[in-house]
This record gives sequence, structure tokens and C-alpha cells, in this order.
Amino acid sequence: MGTPAIVVSGLTVQFGSFRALDGLSLAVEYGQIHALIGPNGAGKTTLLDAISGITRSSGGSISLNGLTELTRCNEVDIALSGIRRKFQKPSVFEALSVRDNIALGIPSARQAGLVGQSAIDQRIEATLDVIGLAEQSARLAGELAHGQKQWLEIGIVLASDPKVLMLDEPVAGLTDEETERTGVLLRKLKHPARAIILVEHDMDFVEQVADRVTVLHEGKTLFEGSMKNARLDPGVIDVYLGR
Amino acid sequence: MSAQPSFYSRFAADRFYLWNLVALVGVALALGHAAAGGGLLSEYAINALGQFAAFAILALSLDLIWGYLGILSLGHGLFFAIGGYAIAMHLLKHSYLTTGIVPDFMQFMGWKQFPAYWVWFEHFPYAVAAGLLFAFAIALVFGFVSFRSRVNGVYFAIITQALVYVAMLLMFRNDTGFGGNNGMTGFSVVFGARLGQSSVTALLALAAVVTLIATLIGCRALVISRVGAIMIACRDDETRLRTLGYRTIALKLSIWCLSAVLAAIAGMLYVPLVGIINPRVLSPELSLEIAVWVAIGGRGRLFGAVIGAVTINAVKFLLSARAPELWPFMLSALIVLVALIFPNGLLDLPALRSLIREFVKRPGAGRLTRFKSAS
Repeated sequence: MGTPAIVVSGLTVQFGSFRALDGLSLAVEYGQIHALIGPNGAGKTTLLDAISGITRSSGGSISLNGLTELTRCNEVDIALSGIRRKFQKPSVFEALSVRDNIALGIPSARQAGLVGQSAIDQRIEATLDVIGLAEQSARLAGELAHGQKQWLEIGIVLASDPKVLMLDEPVAGLTDEETERTGVLLRKLKHPARAIILVEHDMDFVEQVADRVTVLHEGKTLFEGSMKNARLDPGVIDVYLGR
Repeated sequence: MSAQPSFYSRFAADRFYLWNLVALVGVALALGHAAAGGGLLSEYAINALGQFAAFAILALSLDLIWGYLGILSLGHGLFFAIGGYAIAMHLLKHSYLTTGIVPDFMQFMGWKQFPAYWVWFEHFPYAVAAGLLFAFAIALVFGFVSFRSRVNGVYFAIITQALVYVAMLLMFRNDTGFGGNNGMTGFSVVFGARLGQSSVTALLALAAVVTLIATLIGCRALVISRVGAIMIACRDDETRLRTLGYRTIALKLSIWCLSAVLAAIAGMLYVPLVGIINPRVLSPELSLEIAVWVAIGGRGRLFGAVIGAVTINAVKFLLSARAPELWPFMLSALIVLVALIFPNGLLDLPALRSLIREFVKRPGAGRLTRFKSAS
């Protein structure tokens, strides 16, 4: 049993009369890649929105390290407490260089544990190396290929060395080779002091990288366990995986 | 390998910017020559150059928040007017203390004394400080309320337009002590020298051009800095930036206030050159026109705003002497062109050449497509 980074309990998010999340409870542990899967509209992205403070919850709680209550914080404070999120649609700053994009991932050197400009520069170089875009650092982000944009956004959210990393469909639209590279990258990002939440529709990819899987359906947990067992679960097969 | 290029090399990287800056320094030298008694430029040209420089600073102030931060203001005439009124009050009081002639608006109202809030306006530093501080304070309050409530885009633009309109209605009143609908005019002395002398006009125009150069250098230093990168990021995806841990409200508020102060400085440089200020600078039309200068010149390139302001006003000056009735039609045509074909304004013209070449080479293949918008 690891230490939980994020504990969601009884979380409800309501849009009008539609309950996107319906009393959802979930714990994400440090050192793991925790995948969220489920059909469209199951509430996966809504959960990420609620954790990152973009969407307000109408009930329940989300805590970080058992201390900070995130439902009462705004998105800036949540980010500064060490939670970063990659969006479903690659959200990089296209008018800026690749390097400037990575630099924007470090809003406060102190919060990222960096002292002095040289430490910041080193962190930027190291991040560029990890995502494999060191050669492209001077190019505008808008000129990159789709796959490179996905990696760049991972670099942006990685630069501040976050405690919690949320990745919304990091391999959507990638070629098989790019997907494989992303898998290698994700396993490199695993760290005892970091929890990774992954939302993904590519089941083979999830099986490769995820330590734990939660299947969501209509805003509730349908299954929790390993991907292998999820594939055997009759309920999961019924609503999501198909026969 | 991929080290960040130095500040100096990034500053110098934009050749277009550098050449234009050199051209402006040339204009400043010519005005310096005129101030020293040289007869190279006509008095009309000197005055026009000074006015263009003041308009260019005003356009730059809008480009800073619109081109780089994505906040469109259709009420920047307000801050321009605050600067203009502050300097007009200084000139009037200074002229009164030197010549003893009671200003028109006080004679008209039958007042023997200046209103209480005119105190100390005979001191130039006080007048400048009061004008800038007032512009800053108005921008701070208005910006804080708007940005905190996440009023953005078109809604923000409409509110700024309403704000400038309200200010115009207020200043049209004769009992406010700012000259009412006639405004203020009849400035005879500046720094103890007679206004209207050609060397004085040249010095005023020189001051405007030098301030423009300083503003351009300062703005360029700002936009290539880390703050500039954060501004562009905020313009393109504010939510994204907030989820990375940036307090975008503080950023927007700071740049908004800086922009207001720059617009006030432009007003201060403009009024001594034209010798009058009245509530018409607060008309929504002028504020809209500032946005048109920037849009036609090209947003987010600094010199785009300068080129837009100077070109449009130069054409306007020429037409107002010959065929003033044509002006609104030309302006409208330019706006339509920018909206339909050149989203980056005149800065798209070099790209037009290659498009035409392509069209000539492959007849029928090169349809006149929209240029890709920079933002």
C-alpha cells in the first residue's frame, strides 16, 4: 500500500440536471500510474477538471496529501500546490518557442525547488532531453507535428517537477511508433514522489503502462483493479469494452 | 546547445524593428536641427510629425494590451484625454500667471478664481504626476473590477466604450471646471517660452518623437522578456496559463495600467502641439479609430501600431485639406480589407507579393486565400 496523493470522496459535479460525477470516490497513490477509462461521458475529463479547479463541484471533497482541500482552491493555487494537467487537445503556446513553452512550465522557481537562473536553465535542458525535443528548442511550438506537440505539453507540465501529473489522452492521434515512445516516456516519469493520473482510450497502451485502472461509468466507479482483470470483468465488458 | 540567446541578441533579432527605429532616430535628428533654427522642415510638417508621434505612442499603448495580451479597449481615448486635460490645466494656469489673462472658460462662467482642484497645476511636475496618477487610478479600479469578474473580449470592449462615452458626457458640462463643451484653449506660454514660435514647436515635436523612441525600446524590452512570453501565453490560452500556476489577473491589471499611463503620456505630448483640448477627444469615434490604426498597421508587432497610426493620420491630414468627404469611405474600405484579407494589417503586404507571384506562375491555382492570423 502506497501513500495516497489525491483522495476523492463522494464527489458530485452537476451541470444543470445532468450529474457528470455522482458521489465518486477514488484514491490515487504516489509512485503509480493510475488510469481512468470508460465510455464517452463517463466523467473522466470532468474529474480532471474538478481536481484542477476548472470545474466547481457541488458536493464531496478532493484532498491533496490528506491536507489541502482542493475544492476550496482556485486553479492557480491548485497548480502552485504541485498539481499539473495535460489537456485532451494539445494546449501548447503556438506563438512561443519550444524552450519558452517549457520555461512557462516553471511559474515560480522557489516552488519548483530551484535556486538561481542556472538551475532553471538546467531544469529546462533536462526536460527538453526527457521529451526528446532538445533539437527543436528554438522552433515555434506552432510549427511542431501533432505528436511533438503532445510531448511538448508533457514537458510543460513536467518542468516544475509536479507531485501529481494528470495526462488527458496523451497518445490520441499518435502513430504506433510515437505511442510506443510515449509509453517509454511515461514509465520514465514514474517516481516514488509522484502520482500520475492517465485518461486514455487506447486499451493496449493502458495495459502497458498503468499500475491500476479505474473504470468510470455514468459518473460512478464501475471497477477498480488491474487492466488484466478489467478485461475479464463482465460489467466492464458490458458497458465499455464490448465482447 | 539550446541555451537561451542573450537579451541583446533577442532584441536585435528583429531587423524590421531595428531599421524602423533607425528611421525614427533620423526624424528626431531632423527635428533637433529644426529646433536649433534649421529650415529643413516647414512649420506645418514639424507640427504634424509631433502629432503623429503622439498618436503612435497612443497606438502602442493599445497594441501592448490588444496585440500582446488580447484585451481590446475601445475607450483608450479616456486615458489620452486625462493626460491632455492635465497638461492643458498646467498650460492655462502657467499662462495666466505669466500674462494675467483670465482663461476663457472662467470668464464665460463668471469665475474670478480657479476651482480648488486646480491648485498647484502651475507646477509642471505636479501636473504630470497628477495626470499620470489619475489615469493609473481609473485604470486600476476599472481593470480590477472587470478582470476579477472575468469580463473579457467583446464585453470588456463594450464596457470601455461606455466608460469613455460617460466621461464625454461629463466633460460636456460647463460647471465641472474643465472648460465644458468649448474645452480649453488659448495656451500662450510653455516653460516661460511663447507657444507658436517655430523653435518651440520643434522642441515639442522632438519631445514627442524622443518619447516615442523610448516607449518603443521599453515595449520591445518588455515583450521579449519572460513577462512578454507570459503575456502572449495569456492572450492565446488564459485557462491553460492559470492551470500552470500564473495569477493572470495581476498580470492583466499591471499591463492594463501601464497601457493607460502610456496613453496619458501621449495626450500630454499632443495637446501643446494642437493648442486645444475639448470633450471631442472623448468621443467613441476617436477611441474606435485608435483600434483601427492598430488593426490596419498590424497587431502584436509594435511597429505595426506605429506605422498604422502614422499612415492613417497622414492620409487623413492630406485628405482633410483636399477632399474631407472621402475620408470615411477610405477608412471603411481599409477596415473591410483588413477584416477580409489582411488579418495582420499592412504587415501582410510583403506576403502579398509572393502570393501574386504564385498566382502569376500557376494561373487559377493561387486563389486569394486569407492570410493566416498571427494570434
